[in-house]
This record gives sequence, structure tokens and C-alpha cells, in this order.
Amino acid sequence: MSAISFFRQFVEVVLAIAIAPLLAGWIAQCRAWLQNRSAPPLLLPYRMLRKLFFKDVALATDASVLFRATPYVLFGTMVLAAAIIPSLVTDLPLARVADSIALVGLFATARVFLSLAAMDIGTAFGTLGARREMMVGFLAEPALLMVLFNAFLLYGSTSLPSLVDGYRTHPSVIDPSVIFAALAFVMVALAENARIPIDNPSTHLELTMIHEAMLLEYSARHLALVEWATSLKLFNYACIGFALFMPWGIATHGSDGAGALLIAIAALIGKLVIAGAALALIESLSAKLRIFRAPEYLAMAFLLAVLGLLVHLLVGA
Amino acid sequence: MLLSANHWISGLAETLAVNDLHFILLLVAAWMMLGFAGFLRPHSVRFVARMLFPAGALLCLGVALLAGLFLASGQVPQLVILPLGLPDLPFHIRLDVLSGFFLLLLGVAGAGISTFAAGYFRSGEGTAPALLGLEYHFFLASMAMVILADDAYLFMVAWETMALSSYFLVTSHHRIPEIRRAGFLYLIMAHVGAVCILLCFGVLQGGSWQFTFDAMRSAHFAPFWATTAFLLALLGFGAKAGLVPMHVWLPEAHPAAPSPVSAMMSGLMLKTAIYGMLRVSFDLLSIRFWQWGVLLLVLGLFSALFGAVFAAVQTDMKRLLAYSSIENVGLIFTGIGLAILFETSNMHLFAALALTAALVHSFNHALFKSLLFLTTGSVLHATKQRSLGKLGGLIRHMPWVASLALIGTLSIAGLPPLNGFVSEWLLLQSFLFTPQLPHAFLNMLIPLGAAALALTVALSAYVMVKFYGVIFLGQPREPSLVNAHDANWLERLGLIWLAAGCILIGALPQLVLRAVAPVTGKLLGDTVRSSSTFWSIAPIAQQQASYSGLILLAGILSVVAVTFVCVRVLAHGRIRRTNTWDCGYPWQTSRMQDTAEGFGQPIRHMFGTFFRMERNLPSASDTTPRYRIYIEDRLWRAVYLPIARGVQMLADGIGFLQGGRLSIYLLYSFLTLLGLLVFVL
Repeated sequence: MSAISFFRQFVEVVLAIAIAPLLAGWIAQCRAWLQNRSAPPLLLPYRMLRKLFFKDVALATDASVLFRATPYVLFGTMVLAAAIIPSLVTDLPLARVADSIALVGLFATARVFLSLAAMDIGTAFGTLGARREMMVGFLAEPALLMVLFNAFLLYGSTSLPSLVDGYRTHPSVIDPSVIFAALAFVMVALAENARIPIDNPSTHLELTMIHEAMLLEYSARHLALVEWATSLKLFNYACIGFALFMPWGIATHGSDGAGALLIAIAALIGKLVIAGAALALIESLSAKLRIFRAPEYLAMAFLLAVLGLLVHLLVGA
Repeated sequence: MLLSANHWISGLAETLAVNDLHFILLLVAAWMMLGFAGFLRPHSVRFVARMLFPAGALLCLGVALLAGLFLASGQVPQLVILPLGLPDLPFHIRLDVLSGFFLLLLGVAGAGISTFAAGYFRSGEGTAPALLGLEYHFFLASMAMVILADDAYLFMVAWETMALSSYFLVTSHHRIPEIRRAGFLYLIMAHVGAVCILLCFGVLQGGSWQFTFDAMRSAHFAPFWATTAFLLALLGFGAKAGLVPMHVWLPEAHPAAPSPVSAMMSGLMLKTAIYGMLRVSFDLLSIRFWQWGVLLLVLGLFSALFGAVFAAVQTDMKRLLAYSSIENVGLIFTGIGLAILFETSNMHLFAALALTAALVHSFNHALFKSLLFLTTGSVLHATKQRSLGKLGGLIRHMPWVASLALIGTLSIAGLPPLNGFVSEWLLLQSFLFTPQLPHAFLNMLIPLGAAALALTVALSAYVMVKFYGVIFLGQPREPSLVNAHDANWLERLGLIWLAAGCILIGALPQLVLRAVAPVTGKLLGDTVRSSSTFWSIAPIAQQQASYSGLILLAGILSVVAVTFVCVRVLAHGRIRRTNTWDCGYPWQTSRMQDTAEGFGQPIRHMFGTFFRMERNLPSASDTTPRYRIYIEDRLWRAVYLPIARGVQMLADGIGFLQGGRLSIYLLYSFLTLLGLLVFVL
């Protein structure tokens, strides 16, 4: 644990916090282009955050401490997750704090807090959103776990830095199970981040919304923190995907210099640009599912991951 | 100065450790004395509850301390033979690492429950205070004796004392017919289980008629008899632990009992069944077969999923927790099954990992389930309501109970950085190695068990959001709830103790892992690798997986603090209290929130095959529309009612013998005598 590794940890966290809203802006821009609308400015999310931070909070009279604390807890968990996920370098002081399973748990903590906060004031929409969010969550978690199981079978670890290092030392491993796992991961990531086809991040049609329904009572700085945490969550999922399936450019144990860090930053931004565009494409091409089709969708993600597992055990063994 | 103090302390620890068992027996005897002491002033709640129960809590602490010292230092089994009981059958008592671990669990959780109970019992509720104190402390003492027993005879005596004292505790509000029925069902299931355990010991003595556990350890069995003993143990201890399909008594008895008793039954008594299962299958039986592991795994996973699904649709807060206990017991049995599976395949390290997960989960469950049952007790006293449909918004009137219940809720939902996550993480880690099992098909099918596990864990988060959200959050569903008062200081103290345990073990899992290590070392000959640092765990290897609850907790808290300060300094902290917005809809009532039924609706929709449902839906023209849904366990009609009918028919048939005439009875005696003579000759 040298000073340099703490410095890189710091760079990674600050970069994550800084560019997460940019990713959201980029996706919104791509969506607008694909749907023949004039695109909002790329930096719009930052302006929104700035505006929200300087407004007065309008808080419902019945709101309890839990409601007010949740935005901070959400932001805290997401920043910590960003510090743990090896998005730039694998040799991080915090990397061993949680393996990928614990990261899934950390995301679950954030989800439970947000759901509880949504139930706090006792509005119809809040509880509806909380119920649906928890439903999607408990269906997505087994599928995500099977994806991690796949990765474990390939490299013998659930720890993301070890997975990246393993990939970098044996890059020749091309296993058919990876394709299944990657597909399943994309499906789960869409569901977990409240994107189409499970939820629509830009809807405010009350009866169909999930994530937005939980945020209805939030305003000003609380809303800003929740929105920021939401974009950080998307960023984190993207980085987990990169670590699992395309760990190119991430600085591994051997490479210590400043050059490796710069390459890693460039690679990360390049991958985010592509992933954001791909996400916008998926969202433009598919329609939102009815809420009761969500189990089928997530069951498919689960089956894909299981197929990957079986393919590996049958073919790879 | 410091050195001599250190020396003195280690000397004291050594003395205590050598004579651990004697001191523990003294404490157990003191529990019984406390029970009797209540009769000095039998009707005084002040004396019995406020004085004797805190003393019992101190004794719990003493037991925990001694057990902890034993695990930390001695670990050489200690034996005592008490000349009690029947002639030629003295009580054999033995303290080894397995019993030490479970005594630690009993002491730590029992201290919190007893402290809470001291503030909980009110005058004029059910059984007289002195009787309650007697039953309660005998319950505690008998659980300790079950764990310490070293012969089948003492084990059964303690086991039955435990069943009976808890039966009387369950039925302490015996004027309510529902509670009497629940108690009766519990008594029946307890005795069916006890018969199975008795038969199991009968098999285990193996023709030597020696009923000490020592003799059983040295006996050798053919695979058939070993399997018979194992299955009987599974039936007996499974019935006590609430494994599906022997779970039916649990959701009836736990809600019927006063809350501290529910906490004791769910948090501690179920663990004695886990202890018995481990004692028989890993200690008394010298051989094991992988099929046993598969059986336990399947039963455990099914129980876990079953419990979670049923918990999601409950509308009574204590029934919900009872079903959640079934789920947690399922998870523990899953861990034991995996351990057997790995152990029979000579993968001792992975077996140790799975068993560690099971034991740590037992400990965690004792803490968070007791905590939650106790909070339902406070809610019950404050509101007189058990039904989720009539609660809500209590976080504003009971801040203490609500915030401590939140810790329990997050723990039981398996969320980092609290303790429930640690054991579930360990269990998932042990599932990762199942593809290495040397069984062609199993190594492909069992990984799916990990998915079932993940589904259960995630579902339990759903259940707990429902539990907490409906009770403590939202708008009060009844106008009387605004008068709810917070728990008194003794109750708070008990809750704080248990909640602190949840946080502490979540942050520093090493505390429990170090207590578990000697147990797995003794039973399986291997222990998981403790990481070099005290604040993180890496059960197999650092490269493979690691977790550090303390850094996670500290990390989240520090980011939260920094964010808070930054927002305040760079922006502002102004707040304006307004009406609820709710998309601009002005008329809101508390009835517009999700009810408990509503929150469980997606689960009912998805897992419909689990339930037998009766729904009364109002028609469009109803002037007084009523919506009613009734959910029942399919196993009731499929298994239990036919058995009950069969027993009834059998009893009717045998009743034919009971003619009511003396001459007929004399004839029976004569025939029996004749038969015995023929048999002897």
C-alpha cells in the first residue's frame, strides 16, 4: 500500500463521481438522436444538479429522519461501490473490502433504503414504486449471481481485481459461456438500473413507473443526491460489466506508471461512450414491458446465465 | 503494574477455563433457583419481572463469558457426572467446543431477551408472574442442559423439560381458545419429534445398551443403521427446528406466545435442534454418506424458499417472523447439507466453510430474530395490534423501537455491512465450490441451489421491507396509533444489546469466526483460513474472495459525513415543511397506501402454486363491498388433515376395546398375562 496506490484510489473515486452524470447526459443525447429529436446539451445533468442543490427543500410534514437520511446513504453506498470496482486500476487499497457478491449486497442495501424511504410518507405512488422495485430486485439478484458464478468458474475468484488480472494473464481463454453470461448481465443491468424494457427513466406516467415513483416526494438537494446516486449506479454497473467482460486497458498489478493510468482513463471513457450508445440503441429499439412480464424477462436472463454455466461445465471440463 | 494485572487476569482466566463446566452448572442451577424465588412474592410483577429477570440476564452473561473463555483457551472437553436421576443412570455432562459455541449463543442472545422481558411483563396479563418466571427460567436452564448433556437419558429429560416449559409459556394467555389450540399443536409436534429422537438414540446405542454419548461415538454401524439413525434424527430435530414439512406448529405457536417467549423459541430453541442435528450427524455417527447431504440440501433450500414465500403474504407481524424463521432454519440446514456433501468427498476445507456458514448464521439468527420478535412485543404493547393492516407510521411515535427494528430488519434482509450478510456471503462462497464435487450430475445441478439461495435471500429483503414499511413507515392506518408510546428503558436496553450484536458481528465477523473455528476443527478436521487482519475475512484465500464489514461500514459513514458537510457548506441547509405532494393529488388518506396484502400481491401472483387461496371478491353492484383473501398452506390438507383423520379412525377403532365393564378389563389383564408367560417360556 504505497502513497501512489492511495492516489490512484482517489483519482478513481473522483473520476467516478465526476463523470457519472456525464454518462447519463450522453445516453440522453444518443437517445434523442436515435429518436429524431433535437438532443439536450451534454452537460445538462450538471446544470440540473446545480439548480437542485441551490433550491429550498420542500419536505412533507410527515417525513421522518429515514426519509431525509436516505439520499446520503444512497450516495455513500454508490461512491463506496465506485471505489471498490476496479474501473481504472486493479491494485486499489479498497479493492479487497468487498468481492463481487458483496457488491451485489451493497447495491441491495441501497435498494432497500430507497424503498423504505419511498414508503415513509405513505403515498400511494411511493408504496407502489417500493413494491415494484423490490420485486424486480429479488428477481434480478439470482440472475446476477449466476453471472458471477460463471466468472468464478473461469478464473476461480469472485473478487473483481482477481478476475481482471486473471483475464489479463490468460487472455486466450475464450469460452462460449462468456457470451451467455454477458447477455444475461446486460439484461440484469437494464432491469436494475430502471431502464427500458423494465422501467422507463424518462416517464412520469404514474401507473407504469417504478424508480421515478419512489422519488416523487424528493426535492432540491435530496433529489439531487438521489439522481447523482442513480447515475453513479449506472456507471458502477457499466464498470462491473467492463471488469467482467472487457477488461482491456485497466492497469493491472505490474503496470504502475502514470502512462498506464492515462491509458486506463482513455480506455474507460472510450468504453463508456460505446456502452452508452449501445444502451440508447437498446432503449430505442425495445418497448417497455408490462410489469407482470418482468418475471419472464428476468427468468430469461437467469436461464441464459445458467446455460452459460452448463455450457462451461459440459464443454470446458 | 500493568504486567501484574495482566498476569492476574490470565491466571483468573485459566482457573475459570479449567473449571468452566462447574461454574456453568452453578449458573444453570442459579437459573432454577431464580425460577423458584418468584414464589416468595408470587403476584408481584415488580419483584419477579423487574428484579429476577435482570438477575437471569446477568446469569446469561456469565454463561456467555464462560463459554467464550472455554472456546478461547481450554477446548479440552470437560466431564462431570452428577449422581442425579435414576439409580445406575447418573447424569453425564460434558462441555466440548460444539456445546461451548451453542452456550455462547444462548448466553449472548438470552441476556438481551431476559433484559427486555424484565420490562415487558405487565400485571394482569395471562399467567401469574411467579409461574411465568419459573417456566421462563426452567426453559433457559433446560436449553443449557440439552446442550451440555452427554447421555441420551439426560438429553431426553432436558429436551422434554424444554418442550413442556415452552408449552406452558406459549399458552400463558390460555383463556383465548386460539392460543390453546396453537399450544396443543405445538405439544403434539414436539412429542412426535421427541419420539423420533428417542428412537434415534435407541438405534445409536447399537445393541450395547450403553446410553452415554461416549459409547455411541465408539460404536460402529452398518450403512443401513447409520442412515436410519440419521433419518430419525432429521425427523426429530427437523420437527423442532421447523423444517418443511414439519413446520406447521411454528407459525401457530410463535404468534401465540408472549413476545419474549417467541424470541426465545425462535432465536434459541430452534438452535438447540440445530445443535442436536450436528451432534448426531457429525459427532455421534462416525460415518456419513453424500446422499444425506443432498437430502439436507434439498430440504433446507425448499424450506428456505417456502418460508420466504409464505412470509411475504402474511398479514400478522408475528406470523410473518415465524415464517421467516422457517426460512432461516432452511438456510442453516442447507449449510449443514453442503458440509456433509463436501466432507464425504474429502474436501474438508470447503466442508469447514459450509459448516462455518451454518454456525455463523445460527448465531446471527439468534440475534436478529430475537431483536425483531421483541420489537413486535413493544409494538403490541403500544398499539394492542398484531395485524399489519392496522399499523403504520410508528417511526414517529416510537423512535427507539423503530430505529432498533431497522437494524434488525437490515440484518435479516442480508444486507452489508450488518451481520446477516456475513453468513449468507459465506454460504454463497461455499456453493461456488460445488462444481468440484466428484459426482457427475450433482456438480451441475447443485450450483442451481446457489440461485435458489440467492432468490431466497433477495426475497427475504422483500419481506423485511414489507414488515418494516407497513409497521413503522407511512401513515397510521388506525387513528388510535397516534397514542402509541415508546418502549421503557429495560426493553430498550435489551433491544440495544441485540442490535449492537448485529452491528458488531457485521463489522467484525472475525469475532464469531474465531469462536466457530475450533468447532469446525473438531468436527471436520479443518478450519477456514482466517485472514491476517482482524477487520476482514478471506475464508479460502485473499485472491479468491474477501470481505471487510468494518471498512465497508466506516466507508459508507465517512462518505455520508463528508457529503453532508459538503452540501451544507457549498450549498445550504434550508428546509420548508409542506403538505405531501403525491403528484398534486390533494385528498390522501392512510387507506391509499399499500396494505400488507397489497404489498404481498406480486409474490402471491408469482408463487401461486405454493398456496391454497380463497378469495371473496366484491361484485360491481355490492353496496358494502368487502375484499377478503384467505391463504392456507397446501400441506395442511395434503398431509396433516389426512393424518389427523387416520389417527381419529384408529382411536375410534381402539375405543371399541373400552367396553366399560370390569369383567372385560379383567379378561384383558388375564390374556396379557398369558401372552407374557408364553413369551417368557
